[in-house]
Amino acid sequence: MASEHFARPAPPAQVPMAPVPYEVRSQTAETDDTATLVLAPADGTHVPPARPGQFNMVYVFGVGEAAISLSGDASDSTVIVHTVRAAGRITEAIVRASAGQALGVRGPYGRGWPMDLARGKDVVLMAGGLGLPPLRPVLYEMLRHREQYGRIEVMLGARTPKDLVYYPEIQSWRHRADLRFQVTVDAAGRDWYGDVGLVTARIPDARFEPANTVAFLCGPEIMMKNSARDLEARGVPATAIWLSMERNMKCAVALCGHCQYGPDFVCRDGPVFRYREIRDRLSCREV
Amino acid sequence: MTAPAVGDHLRMDRRDFSTFLAALQSSGYRVVGPTIRDGAIVYGDIRAETDLPIGWTERQEAGTYRLERRADAALFGYVVGPHSWKKYLFPAHERLWTARREGTSFAVTPEPVDETRYAFVGMRACEIAALDVTDKVFLGGVRDPGYEARRTRALRIAVQCGQAGGTCFCVSMGTGPGVTHGYDLSLTEVLEGSRHEFLIAVGSEAGAAVLASVPVQSAGPDLDRTAERIVSTTAASMGRTMETVGLRDLLLSQPDHPAWDRVAKRCLSCTNCTMACPTCFCHTTEEVPSLEADQTERWRRWDSCFNLEFTKLHTASVRTSGMSRYRQWLTHKLGSWHDQFGMSGCVGCGRCITWCPVGIDITEEVSALRTPAPRAAVGAPR
Ligand SMILES: Cc1cc2nc3c(=O)[nH]c(=O)nc-3n(C[C@H](O)[C@H](O)[C@H](O)COP(=O)(O)OP(=O)(O)OC[C@H]3O[C@@H](n4cnc5c(N)ncnc54)[C@H](O)[C@@H]3O)c2cc1C
Ligand code: SF4
Ligand code: SF4
Repeated sequence: MASEHFARPAPPAQVPMAPVPYEVRSQTAETDDTATLVLAPADGTHVPPARPGQFNMVYVFGVGEAAISLSGDASDSTVIVHTVRAAGRITEAIVRASAGQALGVRGPYGRGWPMDLARGKDVVLMAGGLGLPPLRPVLYEMLRHREQYGRIEVMLGARTPKDLVYYPEIQSWRHRADLRFQVTVDAAGRDWYGDVGLVTARIPDARFEPANTVAFLCGPEIMMKNSARDLEARGVPATAIWLSMERNMKCAVALCGHCQYGPDFVCRDGPVFRYREIRDRLSCREV
Repeated sequence: MTAPAVGDHLRMDRRDFSTFLAALQSSGYRVVGPTIRDGAIVYGDIRAETDLPIGWTERQEAGTYRLERRADAALFGYVVGPHSWKKYLFPAHERLWTARREGTSFAVTPEPVDETRYAFVGMRACEIAALDVTDKVFLGGVRDPGYEARRTRALRIAVQCGQAGGTCFCVSMGTGPGVTHGYDLSLTEVLEGSRHEFLIAVGSEAGAAVLASVPVQSAGPDLDRTAERIVSTTAASMGRTMETVGLRDLLLSQPDHPAWDRVAKRCLSCTNCTMACPTCFCHTTEEVPSLEADQTERWRRWDSCFNLEFTKLHTASVRTSGMSRYRQWLTHKLGSWHDQFGMSGCVGCGRCITWCPVGIDITEEVSALRTPAPRAAVGAPR
């Protein structure tokens, strides 16, 4: 099938494993532990632009590197935008980086979302927590060429309202008439007027023509697994549901072995996989 | 005699082996090969032929390794030990680059090309096969510069095995004991009565060049026949066998087979098998900043799928049970390796069997998985 997803991108022509210096242009706090960074080349050298769903290895001098997905507008090749949650030592150091500081970037890696397969289709985007940043470039792209897609249904689940990233942007998306953006949280106080519950509970409400739909899912594995199951139950073909998988990664060039997922290296063969290809593995524990 | 050429079969007297080693050294090679250290035959620098385990052999069984004296003075009268050549091509600990702060930014200097020209003396057929595997891993996709630098410079001096080890099963894996390809020189040691000599097959120009200063003669059909007989005797005395027909599907289709739980009860997750295996390539990276904080280094170090942190995600590891980690190792090595690299990840060297402290035997585990699971266990929810 002719899709950009299947064309395994040529590995970037860099010294493998060597980060390229980038300068932090801005750092914006999203939540207590999450920030969005805008990066620009520090000395003119830049990495090739990433496509939606691809990721870079982001490096902090003297600390180490972590896999971070493209979260900005893929059509703007002058900067790289990453949204990072402080999950440990390295990501904490990335989140703390301030304007003017240098970070390293190598990439982009992996196969992204199959954007061309979504053209002409209804689109379902389901995100759990920090699954939204890797889907934001998809939304930007689709809204820029809005006429090329059918309905666009976005379903976002978060633990609490305080955990929502891109809050102002979400407000504006929710006000648009050309897409539906549903937000649900696991728990909230009395100041939350939105939905409370699992993101999968939004599926029955969503309007799309199942046989003519493409769904992109990103979030905790259990959330993606259940969402894919429910979407399939509503009639979306297992071949039209795509999941972005997460595994431990050290090299991002299919050498270190950490991200193996059955026969696949998530860094190279993923992170975006077709549901039908990985359904058996999703239902098997500890693969 | 005319100068040795590719394809030649030559005869070298045992007494000229030192001359052969000297020829390697004077050709600029760093000669490495089998030598005795801490009660085992390991790979190390060979300065003189006395560094070789002359007159030694070993007894190998699941979880057991013991050096023993031979009745003769064979130079290569043993099989493979706990080391493999990967320790040279893919060192256990290797610096990838160094970075230095420059103003607000930093500059990365890749590790300089390692120009060491190794001569690997005594590569067994299974080890030549292991080289095919690691070539595919490190050069088949994104090329690893360190591996490539050392690999392209290395001279491969193979030795056909004159006997099989107790845990060997190269015949099952189709990798040995005969050396058929992938060598610069291939030696067969012939030690019969007072006759002690080597048959040398020349596999490359580089191999031929080394022999220019070594006293060799044309081998003649008699020596060739003797070498063939030695190899077929070895093939007939394999310590182990493994049925490989349909193995990939067998392994990947039975994630719930009770054999996984049984082996997991014995496995200590010690990682010995993965360290000893000549094809295990998993590694991790480490950042090593200098105390002054203006310089830092990126290193990589062998890692193992048996380590709990190997699959760590922010909350927990993906493979927390020992069962899932053993299953990952075996299904990868004998199963999904085919999907990834178009070949098996196992060459039948037996190291993982010998060096497992509790004697877990990969060939027995495959047999156990071939035994149909009791009905109730098949597809039972986990
Ligand atoms: C394809 C991909 C895309 C990602 N995109 C993003 C993103 O856009 N934003 C974001 O905040 N995070 C993202 N992550 C997760 C991020 O890479 C991890 O949170 C990060 O590696 C954790 O490292 P740490 O040192 O801060 O945490 P620690 O918990 O201190 O890490 C300890 C070790 O575990 C490893 N590790 C822990 N969690 C992960 C993980 N989830 N993935 C890989 N290795 C891990 C680290 O490499 C480290 O060696 C992504 C992960 C993958 C695989
Ligand atoms: S799996 Fe065991 S027998 Fe096979 S190549 Fe590795 S160490 Fe040798
Ligand atoms: S199989 Fe044996 S050698 Fe391998 S991790 Fe388990 S106990 Fe260690």
